[in-house]
Formats: sequence, C-alpha cells, structure tokens
Amino acid sequence: MSEAAKHMNDEVAIQINGMHKWYGEFHVLRDINLSVHRGEKIVVCGPSGSGKSTMIRCINRLEEHQQGQIIVDGIELTNDVKKVDEIRREVGMVFQHFNLFPHLTVLENCTLAPIWVRKTPKEEAEATAMKFLERVKIPEQALKYPGQLSGGQQQRVAIARSLCMNPRIMLFDEPTSALDPEMISEVLDTMISLAEEGMTMVCVTHEMGFAKTVADRVIFMDQGEIIEEAPPEEFFDNPQSERTKLFLSQILHNG
Amino acid sequence: MTADVPGMSEGAKVSPFRDPKVRALFFQILVIVTFLAFVYYIADNTITNLEKRGIASGFDFLSQNSGFDIGIVLFVDYNAQTSTHGDVLLIGIINTLAVSLSGIVLATIIGFVFGVLRLSNNWLVNKIASVYIEVVRNIPLLVQLLFWYLAVLLELPNVRESAKIGESIALNNRGLYFPSIVPEAGFWLIPVAFAVGIIATIFVSRWAHKRQDETGQPFPVISTGFGLILGLPIVAALVMGLPFGFEYPAMGRFNISGGWVVKPEFMALFLGLSIYTGGFIAEIVRSGINAVSHGQTEAANSLGIKPNITMRLIIIPQALRVIIPPLTSQYLNLTKNSSLATAIGYSEIVAIFAGTSLNQTGQAIEIIALTMLFYLTISLIISVFMNWYNSRIALVER
Repeated sequence: MSEAAKHMNDEVAIQINGMHKWYGEFHVLRDINLSVHRGEKIVVCGPSGSGKSTMIRCINRLEEHQQGQIIVDGIELTNDVKKVDEIRREVGMVFQHFNLFPHLTVLENCTLAPIWVRKTPKEEAEATAMKFLERVKIPEQALKYPGQLSGGQQQRVAIARSLCMNPRIMLFDEPTSALDPEMISEVLDTMISLAEEGMTMVCVTHEMGFAKTVADRVIFMDQGEIIEEAPPEEFFDNPQSERTKLFLSQILHNG
Repeated sequence: MTADVPGMSEGAKVSPFRDPKVRALFFQILVIVTFLAFVYYIADNTITNLEKRGIASGFDFLSQNSGFDIGIVLFVDYNAQTSTHGDVLLIGIINTLAVSLSGIVLATIIGFVFGVLRLSNNWLVNKIASVYIEVVRNIPLLVQLLFWYLAVLLELPNVRESAKIGESIALNNRGLYFPSIVPEAGFWLIPVAFAVGIIATIFVSRWAHKRQDETGQPFPVISTGFGLILGLPIVAALVMGLPFGFEYPAMGRFNISGGWVVKPEFMALFLGLSIYTGGFIAEIVRSGINAVSHGQTEAANSLGIKPNITMRLIIIPQALRVIIPPLTSQYLNLTKNSSLATAIGYSEIVAIFAGTSLNQTGQAIEIIALTMLFYLTISLIISVFMNWYNSRIALVER
C-alpha cells in the first residue's frame, strides 16, 4: 500500500473484482481489478475512449457491468433495485457537465435529494445546504438559478449538492473538463479541501497537478484495461509501460 | 469610426433613392395605400351589390324566428316555433365549446399516455403506441370522423337489439343511454359533501406540505384527496338514506325515452377529434421528454432519487417548457377542427348557424363575420391562457 495515505485505513470502500463490460459487441472494460480503501484518493487518467468514465459510472450503477463483482461499502451491486438505491445514497457523483436541475434554485438543487430521499425536514435540509454552499464559497448565490451562474460556480454547486447527502464516497467524472481555464482552479481548490478532510474520492481527471498533490494512487487506463497503478511520484517519474509514457509525454507537453 | 474612413463621413450626401431608411419608408407607405384601396373597393362593391339585390344588412335577423329543429341542444330551451337565430347562435357556441373542451381534456390524456408509452423500453408497448400515432396522424381527420360516425356508431345495433348492461344502460345506433338521476328530499347534502371533499383536500395538501417541511415525512395526498372527494358524497348519500331515484330509459319498440343520452353525432366528433389530436400530442410529449438531457436523469439517479419522483419533479417540469407552445396549437387545431362536424350532423356553430341559419336568412356577411369572430375569440383566449402558463414555468436564465 501507498505510504502517502494519511487518512487511509484498512477498511475497503470499493472493491472491484474481474469486472467486464460490453456495449453490444464492443468490449469496453476488460478484467478491472481495483480496491479503494476508506479515505483513499484515486485519480484515474487515460486517453479518451479508454473506459475510465465508464468504470466509475459502474460504481454507482449508472452503467451496468456484465461480469465480475463490484462491492461498495460492503454491498454488492446486483440488479436488486433496493441495493442500488442504498449505494447511490452513500456515493456522491459530480459530472463533467454539472447536470444541475435548471428549473430549481441553487438551494432547491441542494435540498431536493435530502428532502425526498433522506426525508429530512425542510428547515434542516436548508441549513445543511447553506453549510455546504458556504464550504464551496457561494452561499450568496443560494436563491439564483443555475443558468445565472458561471461554469465554475455551477460545478461547485454540483459538489455541494452531492455533499448534502453526506456521502461516504465521492466520484468525480472529469469535473473540470468543461470549464474555462480560469475557473478550473476554484473547482480544484474545493476538491483539494474535500480530500484534506478525508473523503474517499475517485476522480477521472486530466489535471496532473491535482493528481500530484492529492492522489494516493494514480491509475492509468487504455482500451478498457488498467495498464498501470502507482503512487503519483512513481507514476510521473518512472512510468513502467510504453503506453503510459506516451500518454504522459502528450499530456505534460500540452500542459 | 466610420467618419474617419474617406468617403464614408456622416455628412456625405446620399441620394434618397439609395438610402435604405427612405426606401423602407416608401415601400411601407405604398403597401398601406394599396391595402386601404383594396379594402375600400371590396366594401364599396359589396354594399352596392347588396343594395342592388335588395338584401338588408345588419344584425336584425338575430331576433327573427328560426323555424328549424336542432339535433342536439344543451342547457338552453329551444323550440323551432318560438326561438330565434340568436338562440341558434348561442346553441352553436355551446355545442362547439362542449365538444372542444371535452375533446381537449381527452386528447391531452390520450396524448400524455401514448407519448410516455412511445418512450417505453417494452417492445410491444412501444410498437402499439407507434402504430396508433402513425395511423391517426396520417389519415385525414374528415375520413376519421366519417369512420367513427358511419362505420362504427351508426353500425351499432338498432334500438330493439341494443347492447345492454343490466336493464338500464343501452348502446345502439341512436346513442348511449343511461339512467338519469332524479333528486329527492335531502339530495342537497351530496353536492355539499362533494364541495367539502374538495375543500378538505386542499387543506390536507397544505397540511401535508407543511408536515413534510417540518418532519420530512411525505403524505399520500393524491389517494387521500381521491378518497375524500369520492368518499364524502357516498357517506352523505348513505346518511340521508339514498335521497335520489333513477329515471330509467324506457325501451320502446322503435325508440327510447327518458334517461340521459349521448348522441352518436357527439360521440363520433368527440372520439374522432380526441383520438386524432391525441396522436399529435403524443409526439409533442415524446419530443418534450426527449428534450430533457439524459444527464438530468443521471444526476437524479446518482443522488438516489426514485424514478417516479425524478419524473414528477425533474423531467416533467422541464419537458413542459418544450411541450406547451406546440400543445397550444394542437388545442387551437382541435377547436377549429370541430367545424368539420358539419359533415356528420353535430349541431355546432358552423353546421347550424353558418349553415342552416345562413341558408334561411341569406345574411352571409354578418353570419360568417360572427362565426369568425367567435373562433378568433376562443383561439385568443386559449392562446393567452397557454402563454401565461408557459411564462410561469419558463426557465430563469441570466
């Protein structure tokens, strides 16, 4: 295990064993094996089409896997709708395109799930929402609609919306890819502070700076397979496979 | 900036023939003058011709006796001997409104149900919805109306061979007959209980909202409301010892008297319009739901929100923004298409007022003008209402 893990303990948060996924004939994920410990931060990178988004979307069953095993928080993901709901309640997700509900205010976006899923009284849900909106530093936007906010602000609202469910695990699916360059850092700062508090995080991202500062492990995927898995220092300084080297040279060259 | 460019200075003289503002003004004046001249020509021509033929203009004919019978009369008393063309107009308006409003309600229900079914992953359900939509959208409405009237409703058995449920409900080629309710002493409590049920439901819904806000527990408002609105009148009826009787339709040899009847002309128009427009509304609903990005469903799923709540609180409110404007035109279409009833003998405004009354009085201009004015008014009312609703649910953007 990585020595960099400050908040990690031995409890396993996500366990993926020999997982395969097909889209029709197309074999998207091949024999994925991964275990994520409580408090661990994983960064997943790889060229586009490598299956990294699909993999993390399998963790809260936005995508179904066809073979193998995914165990989240001790619950195995099966077709059992109740189990799926249980897992989704504990796993927050942040999307590339924010996916805020445009017809609801920022505050309503944050309170909808606590009210309807956790059956939280409205006042309490609003108080919690304001607490998290303050954490992502936009409490003053609470009564605006998503369309009135900048991309960076919207993504921070999306993070706050997930946090309102008090998730034990957070999944980030390219959270900064749709943002203008000057807004990337405000979202990354939010994610870094979340990481410092010990949240278990799996992030698909191309922000290598973020990977270096935050990740306990970096995972490199290509063509549906995990090619390399190492702590960030090792991963960036001494990549093992040719494909990783090629990818890093391209991405670091551009960055 | 432009002033610095040589030859483009603001003061430079431009020939008025090449100035776009002058040209625009000139053509607008030309159009207005031509239009007014045309209107004057038509009006003058019409008045001269009417005078030549000795036809009186004006709306006096509305108080003349009509002298013809009308097939379907709702809510007003009508008698060929004493009633006037004004009454005919009123009955035409009532009948048009009756079939349009009931058609709009049924078409909306059919449209939403089939629109959602069309999106189903179930192969059979999906195909059934597709076939329905494609068939009704691709056959002319007039043919469909004739189908319902001539091929379905008039082909029902005759009076003697009526299809019956018990002894009281009968279906034949004269219509659908069922018993009418005759109130007896104490009947008043039933509508009162019904009203109380509605008011109670409003209070329950408010209370449930407040309770959910305070404790987080949702309350089944819809089923409770249903129970109150239906249950209270039933309890009231039992308490008052069933204070009503039925007047059963009496089956004669060739005819049926008494009871309530839905005439085949109304049924045919009502079904034809609703089923036809329902097909179009289904497509509108489908495209509205499809227009809501899949990311919305995914975000709701990832928060653990149940599918029915996702549909109700996230998908439908956003889909409505896309659905309402074309839905408005379908409502307008349905209302205007009700004038095709003239082909199957339903007594709506075009059939009796712009038809029979016009033939009898010869007041073509006045009658057609009134008819057009009526449709225009109804259409504008529907439009104004739907636009108001649409602006209420519009998204707030920056």
